[in-house]
Amino acid sequence: MSRPLKKVGERSVGITIFAFAYLFFLYAPMLVLPLFSFADQTIFRFPIEKFSTKWYEEIVERPEMLRALWNSLQVGLVASLSATLLGLLAAKAITRYAMPGKTLALGLISLPLFIPEVLLGLALLIILNVVGIPLSLMTIAAGHVMLCTPFAMAVLVARMDGFDKSLEEASLDLGESGWMTFWRVTFPLIAPAVVSSLLLTFIVSFDEFLLAFFLQGNEMTLPLYIWGQLRFPSNFPPVLALGTCILVASCALVVFAEWLRQVGTPGDKPQVGV
Amino acid sequence: MTTDYIRVEHVTKRFGSFRAVDDADFGIRQGEFFSLLGPSGCGKTTLLRMIAGFEFPTEGEIYIDGQPVTGVPANKRPTNMVFQSYAIFPHLNVYDNIAYGLRKQRLPKAELDKRVQDALAMIKLSGFEDRKSDQMSGGQRQRIALARALVNRPKVLLLDEPLGALDKKLREQMQFELRQLQKTVGITFIFVTHDQEEALSLSDRIAVMQKGQVLQIASPRELYESPNCREVADFIGTMNFLKGLVKAIDGKTAVVDVEGLGLVNAPLPEDYSFAPVGAEVLVGARPEKLDVVRGAPHPGEKGVKGDIGACAYLGDRNHYQVTIEGLGHQLMVATEQGDRSTLASFSPGEQVTVSWGDNSLVLLPKT
Amino acid sequence: MIAGLAAPLIIMLLYSFWRQDGPNVDTTLTTFNYEYALTKYRPIFIRSLWISGLVTLATVLLAYPIAYYVAFHVKRYKFIWLILLTIPFWTSYLLRVFAWRIILAREGVVNGTLQGVGLIDEPINWLLFSDFAIVLTLAHAWAAFAILPIYVSLEKVDRTLLEAAADLGDGAVRSFWRVTFPLSLPGVISAITLVFVPTIGDYVTPDLVGGPRGGMIAKMVYNNFKASDWPLAAATAILSMVFVAFVAFFLIQAIRLSVRSVK
Repeated sequence: MSRPLKKVGERSVGITIFAFAYLFFLYAPMLVLPLFSFADQTIFRFPIEKFSTKWYEEIVERPEMLRALWNSLQVGLVASLSATLLGLLAAKAITRYAMPGKTLALGLISLPLFIPEVLLGLALLIILNVVGIPLSLMTIAAGHVMLCTPFAMAVLVARMDGFDKSLEEASLDLGESGWMTFWRVTFPLIAPAVVSSLLLTFIVSFDEFLLAFFLQGNEMTLPLYIWGQLRFPSNFPPVLALGTCILVASCALVVFAEWLRQVGTPGDKPQVGV
Repeated sequence: MTTDYIRVEHVTKRFGSFRAVDDADFGIRQGEFFSLLGPSGCGKTTLLRMIAGFEFPTEGEIYIDGQPVTGVPANKRPTNMVFQSYAIFPHLNVYDNIAYGLRKQRLPKAELDKRVQDALAMIKLSGFEDRKSDQMSGGQRQRIALARALVNRPKVLLLDEPLGALDKKLREQMQFELRQLQKTVGITFIFVTHDQEEALSLSDRIAVMQKGQVLQIASPRELYESPNCREVADFIGTMNFLKGLVKAIDGKTAVVDVEGLGLVNAPLPEDYSFAPVGAEVLVGARPEKLDVVRGAPHPGEKGVKGDIGACAYLGDRNHYQVTIEGLGHQLMVATEQGDRSTLASFSPGEQVTVSWGDNSLVLLPKT
Repeated sequence: MIAGLAAPLIIMLLYSFWRQDGPNVDTTLTTFNYEYALTKYRPIFIRSLWISGLVTLATVLLAYPIAYYVAFHVKRYKFIWLILLTIPFWTSYLLRVFAWRIILAREGVVNGTLQGVGLIDEPINWLLFSDFAIVLTLAHAWAAFAILPIYVSLEKVDRTLLEAAADLGDGAVRSFWRVTFPLSLPGVISAITLVFVPTIGDYVTPDLVGGPRGGMIAKMVYNNFKASDWPLAAATAILSMVFVAFVAFFLIQAIRLSVRSVK
C-alpha cells in the first residue's frame, strides 16, 4: 500500500468527540430536572436567578402525591414479583425443554416489546370490560406484568443460557430430585439475575404511564399524578423535587442491577439486553 | 450370559428420524474398565447418558445388576457420572461439592464428614476443603468430580471424556491415576472417549462405535491385531487396505490374489464366512508390520519391488510411502529407528523391496 | 400465560369489526370502522408514519456511531459505557419529556443560554411545540433501543475480517462499507423495528411537546376511547399496527437490497 498510514489515534478523535456529545445529549434532561428542582421560582425560566431547597420541604405537604407514590410502590412490587416469576418459568421452559411451538410462545411473550403501548392498553381494557373486572390498582399491575415479563425473561434467559446444563444433571445424578436441584443448584446460580430482573421490572412498572392511563380505577399511580400536575406548572416544582429524588434512586438501582447482572456471568464479554 | 453386570439389550435411540444409537446389544462385566470409543457424533455419549438415566431408549432395555432400569431417572439409579465439563458447582466449595450427594442421603454428620475426608485423601486434596471451583486447576477439578461421584459408592461409575480438557502431560498422569483408582475401588467403570490411545491404554475391553452402531467389542490387543472390519482397523491405528480375491482356503489360511502383491497367504479370522473361495475381500497390513529392504526380502517372508516416494522422519521411526506397480495407491511402511548409524536409510526415488510375513496380514470383509 | 396475551388481542380484533351504537355495541360484523378511520384519519396516519420515520432515522443515525465507538474504540470500560448509555432509558419517561420542555421552551435553557451569550436577540420559537421537538424527544427516549442491538451486532463482527479487508487493500472507509456495515445490518434492522413500531403509538411526547396540531395516532385512539367509541378506537389502533408493520417491512427490504448492491 502506497497510501500513508494514519495513526489509529487520529481517526478516533472525531468519533470520540461525537460519543461525548451524545452522552451530553442523553444526560441533559436528567441534569435539568435537579437543577430546576432547586430553583426558587415557579416559572421555568433560564438562567435561574435564585436557588433554594424549599420544594423539597414541600414534598411532605402533598398527601395526594405521597399517596400516589405509595400506590406506585405497591404496583411496582406486585408487577416485578409476578413478572420475574413468570419470566423464570418461561426462561426455564425455553432453555431446558424442547417443546413444540417454542418459538411461537417466545414470540408471544416478547410481543409487548414490539406493539405500541396504546394498543396493549386498549386491548387489555376491552378484555377487562368483557370479563367484567373493575379497574383498580391491580388491573394496572396486571398490565405491567405483561409489559415487564419480556424484560424479566431477557435477563433470566441470558443467565440460564450461560450456565452449564450438566450442573443440573450432576445434581440429578447425585440423587437429588428435580425440585431440590432447582433450589440447591439452579437458584443460587441465577440469583443475581433474579435480583437484577426484580429491580429492572420494578423500575419499568414504577415509571410506566400509558398502560396505567388506560387501566386506572380511582387510585392514581405516581406517573398519573405527575401527568395531572403537568397542566398546572405553578404546582409542579415539588413534583420536580420528588422526581429528582426518584431519578437518583432509579439510577442507583439500575447501576446496581446491571452490576449484579455482570457478576459471575460466564465469559468476559458484557451481556447486553434491553 | 449370566456374568454380565450391565446389559444393554437391543437399545435404539432416535432423535426424530436420526438414529443416535442403533440396536446396541452387549454386556459389561462387574469390575471391568469398559470404554466406548468412536469419533464425535457416533452415539457413544448418548449411550452413556442412557445408562446414566439422562436419556431414555426409544427401543430396548437396560439392566444394572439384574434390575431393569430402562425408565428409571438418573437420581434413582445406582450410577454416578463424571461429566466432560466436570460440572463442579461453582457456588459451593470443594467440601460441599463432594458432600452434595451424601447430604441428600441425610447421613449422620460424623459419617458424612468421615466419608468426605476419606474421598479428599483418596484424590490427594486434603486441606483444600474451602476452595471454590474457580480456584482449582483442571486436573484438580477433574479429581473433585471423581471424588464427588465415588463418595456415593455407586455400582457403576460413568465417565464422559473426563480427560479431554487436560493437556497431554497431565492427561497421561491422570490416565495412570484413573487406572489405579479403578483397581482400588473395584467397581465397574464405563469410559467414553474419542482418543484411541487413551482407550487402548486404560481399558479391559473396548466397544468401537460408528454412526450409532457398535462395530466390535474386544480387548485392546484383539482390536488392534484382529479388527473385524475396515472401520475398526482404520479408527484404531493406521492400516493399508488392499483389494483381493480369495483363490483357495487351506486349513487356517486363505490364499488371496492381492492387487500389486500377487498371491499371498493370510490367516483366517475366527468368523470367515465373508470369505468363501471366489469372494472379494480386503487384506489389511499395519505399516509397522511391513519392512523396506534393499535386495531380497527377509528370510521366510515374501516381498515385492517398489519405489520410495515421500519419507517422513518421526524420531523413533521412519515413514515411507512406497509406489508399487499394479497398486492404485501407495503403500505406507513404518520402520523402527535402530542405532544411530542407520539414520535416514532410504531416500526418495530409491528402488527397494517391501517385505512382509504371512502373520502381518489381516483378512477383512470388503466394504 | 400465552392465552392471557393472545386473548385481549383477539377480542380487540373482534371489537374492531363491531359498531358503537349509542351506549350499546352492535355485534354485526362490519368494516365501517376501518372505512371511517381510513378516510377521516388519513392525514393523521400519514403524519404519524412520517414523524415516526423521522424519529427512527434520527435515532438510528445518532445511535450507530456511538455503538460503533463503544464496540471498536472503547477498550477497557465497555461495561461502564453501556451502563451510562442505558441509565437514561430506565428513568421516568414523563419527567424526561418534561425536562425537554424546560430545555426547549421560549424562556428555556437553550434560548436562555443563546441569548445570554448574545448569539441571538429573539428566542427561537420553533424549538418547542413543533415536529422538531417531537423528533428530538423521541430520539432521546428510544436511544437505548437502537444502541444496544447495533452494539451487539458490531461486537459480533469478527475482527480478523477487518484485518483481512485491510490486507486485501481496503482502506478504513471502504472496509467499513463493504464489511462492517453489512455485518451489522441485523442489529440495524432490529433497531429500526424496536424504535419505529412503538414510537407510532406514543401518546405522551406529541401531547406534551408537539403543540396543538401535534397529535398522532395514539391521540386519536385515546379520543375515541374517551368518546366511548371503543370499536372505532380498536380499529384505529389495529390499522396503525398494520401500517407500521408494512412500512417497517418495506423499509427493511429496501435496506437489505441497497446493501446487497455494495460489492
